[in-house]
Amino acid sequence: MRMRHPADPRVTVGIAALAAITLLIGGAFAGLLIEGAHDFSGAWAAFDLYLLRVVRFTLWQAALSTLLSAIPALFVARALSRHPRFFGRAFILQLFAVPLALPAIVAALGILALYGRAGYFAGLFSAIGGQGWPGIYGLSGILVAHVFFNLPLSVRLFLEALQTIQADQWRLASQLGMGARPAFRLIEWPTLRSALPGVAGLAFMLCITSFTIVLTLGGGPAATTLEVGIYQALRFDFDPARAVTLTLLQIALTFIVVLALTRLGANVIGDASLPVAPRRYLSVNRTEVSLNAALIVLALLFVVGPMAATVIAGLGADLGRLAGEATVRQATLTSAVLAFLSALLSVMLSLALTTARRALALSRRADAKTLLEHATDTGAGFVLVVPPIVIGAGWFLLLRHVGDVFAIAPVMVVTVNAVMAMPFALRAVRPAYDAASERHERLCAQLGISGWPRLWLVDWPSLRRPLATAFAFAMALSLGDLGVIALFGSDSVQTLPYLLLSRMGSYRTEDAAGLALLLGLVCLALVLAAGWLGREKVRNV
Amino acid sequence: MSDGTKDRKGVPVRLDKVSFSYGGAPLTFDVAFAAAEITAVMGPSGSGKSTLLNLVAGFETPQSGGVLIGGADVAAAPPAMRPVSMVFQENNLFAHLSVEQNVGLGRSPSLRLTETDRADIAGALARTGLAGKEKRLPRELSGGERQRVALARVLVRDRPVLLLDEPFASLGPALRDDMLDLVAGLHAERGMTVLFVTHQPEDARRIGQNVVFLDKGAVAAKGSADDFFAGAGPDVFRRYVGTSTQTAGSRDIARKRT
Repeated sequence: MRMRHPADPRVTVGIAALAAITLLIGGAFAGLLIEGAHDFSGAWAAFDLYLLRVVRFTLWQAALSTLLSAIPALFVARALSRHPRFFGRAFILQLFAVPLALPAIVAALGILALYGRAGYFAGLFSAIGGQGWPGIYGLSGILVAHVFFNLPLSVRLFLEALQTIQADQWRLASQLGMGARPAFRLIEWPTLRSALPGVAGLAFMLCITSFTIVLTLGGGPAATTLEVGIYQALRFDFDPARAVTLTLLQIALTFIVVLALTRLGANVIGDASLPVAPRRYLSVNRTEVSLNAALIVLALLFVVGPMAATVIAGLGADLGRLAGEATVRQATLTSAVLAFLSALLSVMLSLALTTARRALALSRRADAKTLLEHATDTGAGFVLVVPPIVIGAGWFLLLRHVGDVFAIAPVMVVTVNAVMAMPFALRAVRPAYDAASERHERLCAQLGISGWPRLWLVDWPSLRRPLATAFAFAMALSLGDLGVIALFGSDSVQTLPYLLLSRMGSYRTEDAAGLALLLGLVCLALVLAAGWLGREKVRNV
Repeated sequence: MSDGTKDRKGVPVRLDKVSFSYGGAPLTFDVAFAAAEITAVMGPSGSGKSTLLNLVAGFETPQSGGVLIGGADVAAAPPAMRPVSMVFQENNLFAHLSVEQNVGLGRSPSLRLTETDRADIAGALARTGLAGKEKRLPRELSGGERQRVALARVLVRDRPVLLLDEPFASLGPALRDDMLDLVAGLHAERGMTVLFVTHQPEDARRIGQNVVFLDKGAVAAKGSADDFFAGAGPDVFRRYVGTSTQTAGSRDIARKRT
């Protein structure tokens, strides 16, 4: 018989965190099920042609966006990998990380400022087309925005894959006199091909759960996705039965995609860090150099365009007046407080799950993982299956019987965003904690260091930076989120993205541009801080 | 405090029909270690040397059998509650804490230290040759100094059993000899029971009074170090050491020549 030591407090705290997450998600499901059971015929009747069209459009736009992101990304990544050293390369890669940090609504506004009916390119496009430029609402707008997010992300992921190719292979290739074409076929393509399903899957996942882009750039019933459909059913048509049907479909859809992704071994959570390019032994001929340069420049222009437009349009706004407006100040304060609390909660949940997982893994030794350990491990990643809108919709339906749904807006924004940011926070915290535990576990056991003294004396010093990284990242995510607040927002509780959306809705484009600049800069600063904090490693013995 | 500890002698350690498994072939240990003596635990890689120490320290729990320290069965006790200190090959120190703090943790796991504690810590640091380095961080120390800090903590912890899991394996020969002499010196003063895992026959020869030789997860031979190294050791031991008793001899000759 194996004796049991007294229960590890880390496991208890982990169970509490899991319970809180389960309550949040379970409550949403309860809301959906109660509503569905209450009005079953209504939910069933929602399966109509409109619904079919929405599902079809959701899949269609996601497939197109994925295709348009992943395929060009293959070639841009290859071009970047063929030239491991040139002036500005690091800067380009940094720029390619920026879309990851930008709130979707800021990007949408930047894209409208550039390619919209009254955008900077409208005159040019009208001259080329010979008629008035209609702007890029609808499918084209959604695609441009999705590619704006997913192309740079895919490039970075492909580049990461290419950098795993051994330097010896390149040495061998150049010794054998392999040209660009055979090198691609024999060395680069096999690596890219194995990375392709994961990258494409990630892009597809991000596109079928994209809400803000479709809401702001999609036009009318012809370009609506499930997520926007849920929002409209709850906020405009007030058709809870339809909302239930749409939500369940959305869950089924994301679940299938995530399952397929994990089968493919993909990493559902995008990463922003990129190792330094290794030395290459390459001779690249002139034609290829100019081709690669053209590819990189094109991709760069595509990515930089909306960002530049955001900045220019934002600076054109009457920033002084905006800053003086009471609503703007109030929304900024609300956003800051909610995002701060959300990030705090997210980091605490992540820490609780991380330490519990480690404690469970240590205590089981060679035995099979228990269900609890699975829950603290991969279970946490599965919250991504349930998009914020879905959780929001569930609680919205549950609480509308009880009282004022809008009154709990702050709680919903804080908790849902905290849970949504958790998989990302976990990725910052877990490796650091596991590595520290690897070094310290036996020593702590031997010296009897546990509980608070352990957290304070032993874990905190090695977790400080990763926790700060996770916090900054979670705060940026929460700050830019429009999903939950779109459902629960009202005149009394407005965040910056919500205010931005309402200014866009009332055609106060200048105001919106000014707010977008503010929001974009803050999020960018947070993500840069997160990256910087994550990179600076504590020296170990 | 230090007066009381000087009289405190090591206690016997016994593994009573202990069986343990990582999931593969089970390891079985049935062996006693003499009180207040240094026993070298030797054997090929994977023979279970570290596991044996982990069972005594409490990092592993036997599936059956008893771990007796000073006559009491501690098999169910968590590591911190056992009368044992252990020094590992690496990671003996918290990288972000100073030398003084690392040693102080041996007295109080939450670093709440009294004046007496502080005096004892200063004494232990002086004894291990670390006076003046109290405020340094582990990364500002050499590999040998880091292990000295671990030994200083052993002194302030003052437990009757000391487990050494190849603590000097990554040090150069001269430094290793210094550290072995330090261990022998501390043993002479405190008289604790020492279990010393090592790969180096010279180490065992230098400070070991007894040898326990493990093979394939069980004790294959046991005896006094003098017998083992005089060539009277069992076959398994001679095979493991190979011709090294001879090479050790020829190296002595070589050393004399120079």
